[in-house]
Amino acid sequence: MMIFFWIVLFLISLSMLGFIYRLIMGPSIPDRVVALDSLGVALICMIGMISILSESSFFLEIILLIAILAFIGTVAFSKFLEKGEIIQRDNNLS
Amino acid sequence: MIILANILIVTTILIGVIFLLVAAIGLIRLPDVYTRTHAASKSATLSVMFILLGVFFHFWLIEGHVNTLVLLGIAFLFITGPVGGHVIGRSAYLTGVKLWEDSVKDELAPVIAERKKRHEQK
Repeated sequence: MMIFFWIVLFLISLSMLGFIYRLIMGPSIPDRVVALDSLGVALICMIGMISILSESSFFLEIILLIAILAFIGTVAFSKFLEKGEIIQRDNNLS
Repeated sequence: MIILANILIVTTILIGVIFLLVAAIGLIRLPDVYTRTHAASKSATLSVMFILLGVFFHFWLIEGHVNTLVLLGIAFLFITGPVGGHVIGRSAYLTGVKLWEDSVKDELAPVIAERKKRHEQK
């Protein structure tokens, strides 16, 4: 059973290598952002496997943390690409 | 009983990791940003949901305690994965990333052109 989880960990790191290839070779900036988003997803899978392999459930709180951070990073980066600034200035305040 | 639990865990985690490899292959081989967003958002989201379901089953059936944080993580990823893909695809279109040369239809282009024309009239 443990051998199966090690093999799954290896396959996850193999797919992370594919994402890193797109992160380096991507012709445009949104390509790299998509690759970073999926890299966060693969990191979540990896943390699940590691928490099974080390037989402790303390790592499982990291999963939610990385999911939230990856989503916030993607949204902030795409807003920066689209509008040129992340937090817009309010014109009504003097 | 433990064999059934092991079969369940192995099946869910195997489906998840196969979908993750499919996402990686799609991200390498597909031709432009939008098809890559399509591959990454759908397939990676489904794969991480299946793998976290396998982790939840492992901690529930083998170790014997229900971890609600993993279920919350599954729900959060199910909501935010496609939203992230949509947002980055939209920003890619608005910053003018070209489509693939063989793509047939571009339904957003007249909408953007009309909006730009109306913006210039003001």
